[in-house]
Amino acid sequence: MKTTHILPMPLSDRWLIGLACLVFVALALLPLVASALVVDKLTLLFILIMFAVMWNLLAGYAGLVSVGQQAFVGLGGYAMIRLVEAGLPPFPAIFMGAALTGLAAWVLSWFVLRMKVGEFAIATWVIAEAIRAVVSFDPLIQGETGTSLVALNAYAPEIRRLTVYLLALASMGVMIWGTWRLLHGRIGAQSQAIRDDEGAAASVGISTFQVKQRIYIIASVGCALAGALWLASAITFQPRTAFGVQWSVFMLFMVLVGGLGTFIGPILGALLFFALQEIFGDFGAWYLAGIGIVAIVFALYLPRGLVGLWLDRGCDEPLSMRKRLGLAPGQTPRA
Amino acid sequence: MSALKISDMVGRHGLLQAVKGLSLDIPEGETLAVIGANGAGKTTMMRMIAGLHPVAEGEIALAGTPITQMPAHARLKAGIAMSPEGRRLFEDMSVRENLMIAAENGRRGDWTLASVCDAFGQITPLLDRAAGGLSGGQRQAVAIGRALVANPSVLLLDEVSLGLSPAAVEGLYQSLEGLKGHLTMIVVEQDLTRAMAFADRIICLAEGIIELDGKPQDLTRQQITDAYFGIHKTPEGGHA
Repeated sequence: MKTTHILPMPLSDRWLIGLACLVFVALALLPLVASALVVDKLTLLFILIMFAVMWNLLAGYAGLVSVGQQAFVGLGGYAMIRLVEAGLPPFPAIFMGAALTGLAAWVLSWFVLRMKVGEFAIATWVIAEAIRAVVSFDPLIQGETGTSLVALNAYAPEIRRLTVYLLALASMGVMIWGTWRLLHGRIGAQSQAIRDDEGAAASVGISTFQVKQRIYIIASVGCALAGALWLASAITFQPRTAFGVQWSVFMLFMVLVGGLGTFIGPILGALLFFALQEIFGDFGAWYLAGIGIVAIVFALYLPRGLVGLWLDRGCDEPLSMRKRLGLAPGQTPRA
Repeated sequence: MSALKISDMVGRHGLLQAVKGLSLDIPEGETLAVIGANGAGKTTMMRMIAGLHPVAEGEIALAGTPITQMPAHARLKAGIAMSPEGRRLFEDMSVRENLMIAAENGRRGDWTLASVCDAFGQITPLLDRAAGGLSGGQRQAVAIGRALVANPSVLLLDEVSLGLSPAAVEGLYQSLEGLKGHLTMIVVEQDLTRAMAFADRIICLAEGIIELDGKPQDLTRQQITDAYFGIHKTPEGGHA
């Protein structure tokens, strides 16, 4: 017999979700009026949001601080290239590649999830580098020179751009909605318990390995999907770029600046990162220094990120992932 | 019938052997108090029973069923729940969430959120408060409630009174008195007087072995104190 039910969602959250749905519809219609440059930029923004949401799921909710998610970004792209080479059309290959990367994540999870926090972080990075080296040996990739996804050239540039844009938008929507559903369910409370205290979580009957494994695989598939979409947008695949640690650094930056372990924090972080990239991206090394300074400022003065600004005013966290458990009718505790 | 049977259990922390071939047979419904100095192996023993620390050698059986290889989360479903040392609540969750997460993963039975609130009255007004903001006594009550709501047949309570005010300890033990006989309890307790008054049986651990085992009324304060500091063995050799 179930003893709990989820308390109703606050009105402000309902409004926020309604607004998000409107923005989503507007974004879906935007290519009708927007220039090719805007469509390309927004595709990149959707990919950044996917990265941030997936890394937050991993580190913010399950306490799995990975600096090796670039392994799955690169593997997603690589699997796509291999599938296209095997005869699959490029766009279905994006999703098939992400699914195959999920299998790789499942295999890796048996090793990395048995490690402690620090060991896990280092191991994920080492594994990403090892995978990059192995992929570089594939004759199809041509070492560090890389290769191009020439099959995409079969499509007219406008069609390709629009398809990638819509696929990225849909994937981002599914990832945000899926994360919401996942974290509002049983696994959400369980992952937060694991993040708070893994030993205590095990003692209250949570299969800590199983929960972490599920989240690790989901986050890996999400990163692979975003990686494959990025490849479909950029066309060129170079191991050093696709498996570059900069992906994990970007994810970390976006999540920490937005608000680790909050639902909307990573989205805000991705928006800020995108804006910084657009405004200061042409300043070369100074841009990177600026990103570093922003990260330091947030770490020192806003450790809870942009969402923390809201929380510091005594307001409830918007779209909080906290499982709002209530008593079922007739189960009210007697005082 | 034996609720929990431990045979030649060995537990290690790296090279250090914290529990050295411990054997125990705890009948159904018994309240066993475990006493001993710091480093005696009490918490390691409790964690091994709960599945939170690996058993290097030996066997553990719950109501006749071997559980030595069973992971911690499965032991809760089998009927072993623990209120750990330091309480270890999920700080960012409310008290209600702390309780319900155990209820969802535990066994079905008489213990519900409502009955736990009945047994530990101090929990009721705290249900919607964040666990991180509770006092020590409140945290302990919630930790015990969280274990109870999983409907265990064996309840492990590690360091119930540690760091609590006498009034809080008194309140908690009054609530725990109501549980006696209904389920098997193993209580790690530093307060000898409290342990002797509460338990049906006492064991004293020293350096990972049982130095003393008996009913409180059969043991003298001197025997317990000697065993506690490991300066005396029972005539039979001390290893129960």
